[in-house]
Amino acid sequence: MTADLGYGMTLIALGLAVYGGLAAGVGAKTGRLALVESAQHAALGVFALVTSCFVLLTYAFLTFDFSVRYVATNTNLGTPFYYRITGVWGALEGSIILWSWMLALYTIILIVRHRVGARELYPWALATMLGILAFFLLVMTVAAPPFQRQIPVPPDGRGLNPLLEDTGMITHPVALYLGFTGFTVPFAFAMAALITGRIGDTWLALTRRWTIVAWYFLSLGLLIGGWWSYHVLGWGGYWAWDPVENAAFMPWLTGTAFLHSVMIQERRRMLRLWNISLVILTFGLTLFGTFLTRSGVIASVHAFTQGSIGILFLSFLALVLLTALGLVAWRWETIRSEGELDSVVSRESAFLLNNVLLVAAAFTVFFGTVFPLLSEAVRGVKVSVGAPFFNQVNIPLFLSLVFLMGVGPLIAWRRASADNLKRNFLWPVVLGIAAAAAAFALGVRSFLAVLTFATTVFVAVTIVVDFTRATRARRRLGESLLPAMGRLLVRHNRRYGGFVVHLGILIIALGVMGSHAWSVQTETTLRRGETAELAGYRFRFDGLTAVEESNHLKVVGDFTVSNGRVLGVLRPAKKFYPQEQAPIAYVDYRLGLREDLYLVLGDFARDGSQATIKLQVNRLVSWIWIGGFVLTLGALLAILPERHKTA
Amino acid sequence: MSCLIALLAAVIVLAAPTLRASGQTAKPVNEDVVHEVAVQLRCVVCQNLSVADSPSEMASQMRAIIRERLAAGESPAEVQRYFVERYGEWILLAPPRRGFNLLVWLLPFVAVLAGLAAAAMLIRRWTRRARTAPTSPVTVDAAMSERIRRELERES
Amino acid sequence: MKLWRWLIPLAAVPVLALLAYGFRVSPRDIPSPLVGRPAPAFALSTLDGAPMTLEGHRGKVLILNFWASWCYPACYEEAPVLERNWRGYRDRGVVVVGVDIQDKREAAEKFVADFGLTFPIAQDLKGTVSVDYGVYGVPETFFVDRQGRIRVKHVGAVTDDVFRKTVDRLLAEAGAP
Repeated sequence: MTADLGYGMTLIALGLAVYGGLAAGVGAKTGRLALVESAQHAALGVFALVTSCFVLLTYAFLTFDFSVRYVATNTNLGTPFYYRITGVWGALEGSIILWSWMLALYTIILIVRHRVGARELYPWALATMLGILAFFLLVMTVAAPPFQRQIPVPPDGRGLNPLLEDTGMITHPVALYLGFTGFTVPFAFAMAALITGRIGDTWLALTRRWTIVAWYFLSLGLLIGGWWSYHVLGWGGYWAWDPVENAAFMPWLTGTAFLHSVMIQERRRMLRLWNISLVILTFGLTLFGTFLTRSGVIASVHAFTQGSIGILFLSFLALVLLTALGLVAWRWETIRSEGELDSVVSRESAFLLNNVLLVAAAFTVFFGTVFPLLSEAVRGVKVSVGAPFFNQVNIPLFLSLVFLMGVGPLIAWRRASADNLKRNFLWPVVLGIAAAAAAFALGVRSFLAVLTFATTVFVAVTIVVDFTRATRARRRLGESLLPAMGRLLVRHNRRYGGFVVHLGILIIALGVMGSHAWSVQTETTLRRGETAELAGYRFRFDGLTAVEESNHLKVVGDFTVSNGRVLGVLRPAKKFYPQEQAPIAYVDYRLGLREDLYLVLGDFARDGSQATIKLQVNRLVSWIWIGGFVLTLGALLAILPERHKTA
Repeated sequence: MSCLIALLAAVIVLAAPTLRASGQTAKPVNEDVVHEVAVQLRCVVCQNLSVADSPSEMASQMRAIIRERLAAGESPAEVQRYFVERYGEWILLAPPRRGFNLLVWLLPFVAVLAGLAAAAMLIRRWTRRARTAPTSPVTVDAAMSERIRRELERES
Repeated sequence: MKLWRWLIPLAAVPVLALLAYGFRVSPRDIPSPLVGRPAPAFALSTLDGAPMTLEGHRGKVLILNFWASWCYPACYEEAPVLERNWRGYRDRGVVVVGVDIQDKREAAEKFVADFGLTFPIAQDLKGTVSVDYGVYGVPETFFVDRQGRIRVKHVGAVTDDVFRKTVDRLLAEAGAP
């Protein structure tokens, strides 16, 4: 019954979405407001139906309704309550419902926010959103239906993938999808702008906040994904350049480029063509990401499944790209903007450079990800493109981008005079070089580490210089220190939000540098009572214990950690789930500001007399999470609505 | 999903009497060298992880093999060649810089250069246009520039 | 400049074509460089304690099958196929040999007992043999000719059809060991 009800609701939602998209489109073309309003009602209906489907599915999960196949495959009687809710989006079909629901939600918000303000663009944007929503509902109906009946009804389900029983894994898809789907709205407005020919600044102004919100969630999703990878997967790393990770990273790169080039269009009315293309590219990359995750075309640890769903996504991607880019080509003459610049050395140039590097990085990641496919198509030989490649090629790009972070905000628009350059960059350059010398003096010999350190100091000083100068200016006008700083942040929240984001990136950069340059690891087998040593820490193997949990058996190894004095006991484990054929490694770690201790349990003797462990001392990894937190704070600051500025 | 299961299916426990010693060989080998070799090789069961990083059983065995071969006197390059001979180029996590593979190594830099060239052309077009109508720079002090900045923010 | 702008949408086409090509190949399907080369030597002990080496089977057509008890359903499907064909071909100079990887001894013995497997089976405890043969998953089966060269690598469950066609072809080849 549940299955049929859910399936019925999905079908009706699909029909409504198709109707709504057509109605909005026709209404936009002919100017018939009644049709557009009808489309709005249809959108509301879709949202209500998809929400109901979601609630119904969650209810099925909570009540162990194994007559629904999706429930039977993803939970069993032992699945804890919390994971029964979050397991709803743990596999393919649930992920499509989640995506559709978010699209529907964003459509409603679009209606509420822009129904009045953007007369010309709004109907076309609505039509685009509903069209995309219709596609995902189509996928839900045809290729990945969550409401299939399981006959005969089994007494117990299979169970959730144990790797998904983790808080990080719960928030990671939600944040990531909010980011992905968030970029649909700027795309919808870009299409509206192209179709109506109103490619001025209206569409840009409308989408600015949407883009930051989407970017915020995407950043959050990526960071949480890294965190989850680090503390669950058991390999001691946070980023593997896995194709699906890349698929989420590429739209982030182009989205970041867009966030910056938007400022050029706002200030100087330049780069309109480029901005529209960036939005289309970003949205296309989000579709590419879903395609990659679900088609099985490229092997990945994330890949959900194969089948007709891949073909559906590829066809849709083709439709979207060809239509959007075709529109760009059609409107080519109208879009191209004229601009003026007094000097090559100017903010416009810096931002342009920023865009070139970001898009080049996105291209690198893209080409590296599809190269195995290309190699097979051309040579018939399978190759792998993994972390060593991406790290080597991307690091120079990213380092240059970090450097630009220091240059961009301070250099003048149009033309940077020698005076402007000296005022803004003297201290940063001096301190940057001093930092490099200090690092070298302290014994740092890795060229990359020294360079990274110098660059981050350079950028940090530029931020400090700007902030103190502006604060001092306000104080000269009569304000005291703290209110001056506070008002600066609030009144110019875009600028200072951006600075805080840059600060976050700096901290992340240092964390990445530390973890790459200075982490150490080893692997060894210990008898009970024996000690292993690494980086000044001693790990003594004390024995094994078996623990029975609600849906799995856990074998825990006790390792006492000391570095002169006893620091504690680490308990890495192996979890044995009946539905999985092999155990899952459960790592234990001790996080610190400077370094993390990381332990993975390998083989062990049944009687607990021996165990093999992989030890890692990872340096500065915590800085990545701290930097990520700072970054999100900055994004939130920038999203704040602008107050009308008075003196 | 099935790939995850396949991944997990490869991680397994060995029984007590047949526990094999890992890492205990006749000649002590620098674990860092083992790690360096292992980091270049792809774990065959965990997609996209290196043999050094992968927590799977297969990777653990491969690391033991690397350790043994290094202890027997082979150079890291020879150990790498041993794996390539058996698995093909695919086992290397970065494609060897030869022949067709050069495309993936060089194209990113070509892309950067092309982007820089396009940007340069664009900037030149912008500055050329401005040169026909020059404006003189104005210098302002910090307080004034702060006030000006506020005005600009308000306007945009 | 008029027509050049249409290059923009056209640029998407080769990318889409490449992705479509991806549907025709499987990322797990990795061709083995060992085909056509001499089979690597191995020296193992069967579950019964008897020695099992490559040399010991020279002159016969050898089917080397890598499996595991946790490899479901493929290994379960091919086990009866292998046993059946082993019994059919053993008097014709063909030998089937099983190598169990990453498995517990009890699980391996149970598997052998459940399927009534009579051909020699050994466990590759350290994984050296499976790496030597470039094994990246189970089941994988190597068909070795009488001269000791690997002729076919079959990934996935072996079927009667595959077994008989390959073995008949190798048996038909003339040539002294």
